[in-house]
Amino acid sequence: MDATALIVTIAGVGLAAFVLWYFFFSARQTASAVSTSGGVQEVAITVKGGYSPDVIEVEHGKPVQLSFYRDEENSCSEELLMPDFNIRRDLPAFKTTLVELLPQQTGKFEFTCGMGMLRGSLVVK
Amino acid sequence: MEPTTKTETLDIEGMTCASCAAFVEKSLSRTPGVQRAMVNFATEKATVDYEPAQASPATLKQAVINAGYGVAERAPDTSAAERSAEIDRQKALAYQKLKRRFWVAVGLAVIIMPLSMLMLWPAMMARVNMQWLNYALLMLTLPVLLYSGREFYESAWNGFKHRAANMDTLIAVGTGAAFLYSVAATVVPGFFTSRGLMPEVYYDTTATIIALILLGKVLEMRAKTQTSAAIRSLMGLQAKTARVVRPDGAEVDVPIEQVQLGDIVVVRPGEKVATDGLITEGSSALDEAMLTGESLPVQKQTGDPVFGATLNKTGSFRFRVTKVGADTMLSQIVKLVEDAQGSRAPIQRLADKVSAIFVPTVVVIAILTFVLWFDLAPVEHRLPLALVNFVAVLIIACPCALGLATPTAIMVSTGKGAEHGVLIRNAEALEKAYQVNTVLLDKTGTITRGEPAVTDFVAPDQEPARLLQLVAAVERQSEHPLAEAVVRYANAQGAGSLAATSFRAVEGKGAAATVDGQAVLIGNRRLLTEEGVQLSPELLAQAEHLLAQAKTVLYVAVAGQAVGLVGVADTVRDSSAAAIKQLQALGIEVVMMTGDNPQTAAQVAGQVGIRRYFAEVLPQDKAGKVKELQGEGRTVAMVGDGINDAPALAQADIGLAIGSGTDVAMEAAGITLMRSDLRGVVTAIELSRQTIRTIKQNLFFAFIYNTLGIPIAAGLLYPFFGILLSPMLAAGAMALSSVSVLTNSLRLRAFNHH
Ligand SMILES: [Cu+2]
Repeated sequence: MDATALIVTIAGVGLAAFVLWYFFFSARQTASAVSTSGGVQEVAITVKGGYSPDVIEVEHGKPVQLSFYRDEENSCSEELLMPDFNIRRDLPAFKTTLVELLPQQTGKFEFTCGMGMLRGSLVVK
Repeated sequence: MEPTTKTETLDIEGMTCASCAAFVEKSLSRTPGVQRAMVNFATEKATVDYEPAQASPATLKQAVINAGYGVAERAPDTSAAERSAEIDRQKALAYQKLKRRFWVAVGLAVIIMPLSMLMLWPAMMARVNMQWLNYALLMLTLPVLLYSGREFYESAWNGFKHRAANMDTLIAVGTGAAFLYSVAATVVPGFFTSRGLMPEVYYDTTATIIALILLGKVLEMRAKTQTSAAIRSLMGLQAKTARVVRPDGAEVDVPIEQVQLGDIVVVRPGEKVATDGLITEGSSALDEAMLTGESLPVQKQTGDPVFGATLNKTGSFRFRVTKVGADTMLSQIVKLVEDAQGSRAPIQRLADKVSAIFVPTVVVIAILTFVLWFDLAPVEHRLPLALVNFVAVLIIACPCALGLATPTAIMVSTGKGAEHGVLIRNAEALEKAYQVNTVLLDKTGTITRGEPAVTDFVAPDQEPARLLQLVAAVERQSEHPLAEAVVRYANAQGAGSLAATSFRAVEGKGAAATVDGQAVLIGNRRLLTEEGVQLSPELLAQAEHLLAQAKTVLYVAVAGQAVGLVGVADTVRDSSAAAIKQLQALGIEVVMMTGDNPQTAAQVAGQVGIRRYFAEVLPQDKAGKVKELQGEGRTVAMVGDGINDAPALAQADIGLAIGSGTDVAMEAAGITLMRSDLRGVVTAIELSRQTIRTIKQNLFFAFIYNTLGIPIAAGLLYPFFGILLSPMLAAGAMALSSVSVLTNSLRLRAFNHH
């Protein structure tokens, strides 16, 4: 193994380790819902290559209104799936789509894009 | 349960202080029909709960104006149909754009390919300046990247910022690496030649991959619109206008959104029913196939319910609107199907787990592939070989097929189910129905019609038509369910009506009246005995015969003489026996339960070919019977129609509520059959079996494709067979995989039970 190969090897392994850490182990963006006077918990979520925030905390037993603003045209994010609440929605590009639900049980419920690549979760307390 | 109040939100204008808000609130609260009004000064919004029968948005607005303030005109709440039309428009636009990007990529790739091949032709190579050729190729490839492939790079970058990786990440990194390497070889070829490397370029690879992946996307998008075609056509069934009768008698066509509860609507032959209601005048045959899957028209008369989107065939009628908008049957069906399409099948969990970690893992594999090839290949070829395999791994590993496998099949089959009047609550129900090996039928209302009907009319010494006329005259006065059955029978036989006087009902025994000057008595045996009427041996024998068939017998006496018998029974539906046979042919054991005595139970079971049954089951014990079967290790589907079936429907592995059913039964059921017909059970089970089979095929195909594709792309076959996968082939295979999964799911559209 020559010097170049050694450099490539070290750089490659380092890069692989970075990819694993970056996508699996780094910290996530969390946000709590804001309750309005009507008792509805509102959260605004931007959809652009992912969901921001992607971890949303809400209280159980109170209605939740999520407003998804899709800030891109890429087909990946055009569908929103919340399987635990039986919700499938088309998210039109550059528009806000309201999703209403009533979390009855506590726990962590994932929501994803149509193919399950983009991920976020609703943490019900 | 139907909501009796509606909620309206108004944007209030002109409020300057908190007391203004109180003012508006008071004015709204005093408006007739308003139950609760809340005005928020900060947000300038009023939320009003009101009874739609008494108040309307217009009267609410007037109340605000009366208080001295204004209501801002809001963009009208877009209805579900409008919203979906808007989404359709957007999708069509996106499809056009995608096609344009695809054709640009194809056009340029077609020029780039032969130009790159020039290098393989020595005579040509001598005449062409390599340097200039590479620059020309670079210029041609740039638009492919920046226009056709732009979305991939943007999406990958946006995802990267969110620590999310998607299929675009793979495509962007793959083509990006090939392109950047080529740019380096074009701009600083000296760097490569000084190290003994040929400065090769991969512009053709880059352009072709993008073109092929776009081809895959074009085909995918086209197929995906077909997966939701069923639900779209359901929504499209809604009528656009209704012909409303104004209080002054004028008939006016109004947009469907303006139809209000209590309106009277006219429907002529060949027209669509605008919304749900009850017939107030006239009668007709209606084609309800769009809601129930039943292809035969249904006869309706005054007092019968009609549903929006159904088709009026023969007569003209008027109905009073009882439901509008989201409360109508059609809207509820659409909502139910949409919900089901958003649900997750347990079978999908593995695929979900895989797709969550898939892309980053593939990137790691691709990096390691690069390192290994670089370290192990001959020095003069190591960089290009490492690069080519790196790109091939990234491109072939796209997990689209995996992501599409389950949802597309579920979308197609739930839509298909709705077409057949089979409403599937969620994907889990579909999967449960597939595993069913025992179907438990509640006799009354499922196998039978659930209401008594006259089966025999015996009149040995009299003219039957005349006697029926007398009997019907008495029974028309009675409210008893058995009397109703007799009246229905008489009407069907065309018995004319006679007047009955001095009617007298005898609690639990029967009724008596004077018809045409004769005393007519009809009821059970005790009634006759008490009235001192003797039965002839012949009538007694006939009665024994009817009783042996588990029928209820009504005795008729005219002028103190016993002259006839009426046999009444809950009759078996025409389709029941055939449906049960079909279920048995599917390898499913059919078990019946009933509250009737063992004799009646045996009679009905024998009639429809059921071998095992539970008789004398009390309503509260129904769920227990389901448990008993489950205790035998069976997967039980329970079919029922009534409120008292709800616990059993919930206890079963899968509950099927039959008929339009009650809301409670529908809540507890995984599947609702819109038609009161056991054939729907067969359809549901067959559909679930085909769907799960399709999903399994899809998942198998997607998994196989990725588990074989990645090692081959990484070059695993090279040491043994000298085979390397070109990145362009990888791109072709990737496009093919998702398209074939979609095509497989779309095959479910051909499902046709009858
Ligand atoms: Cu793909």
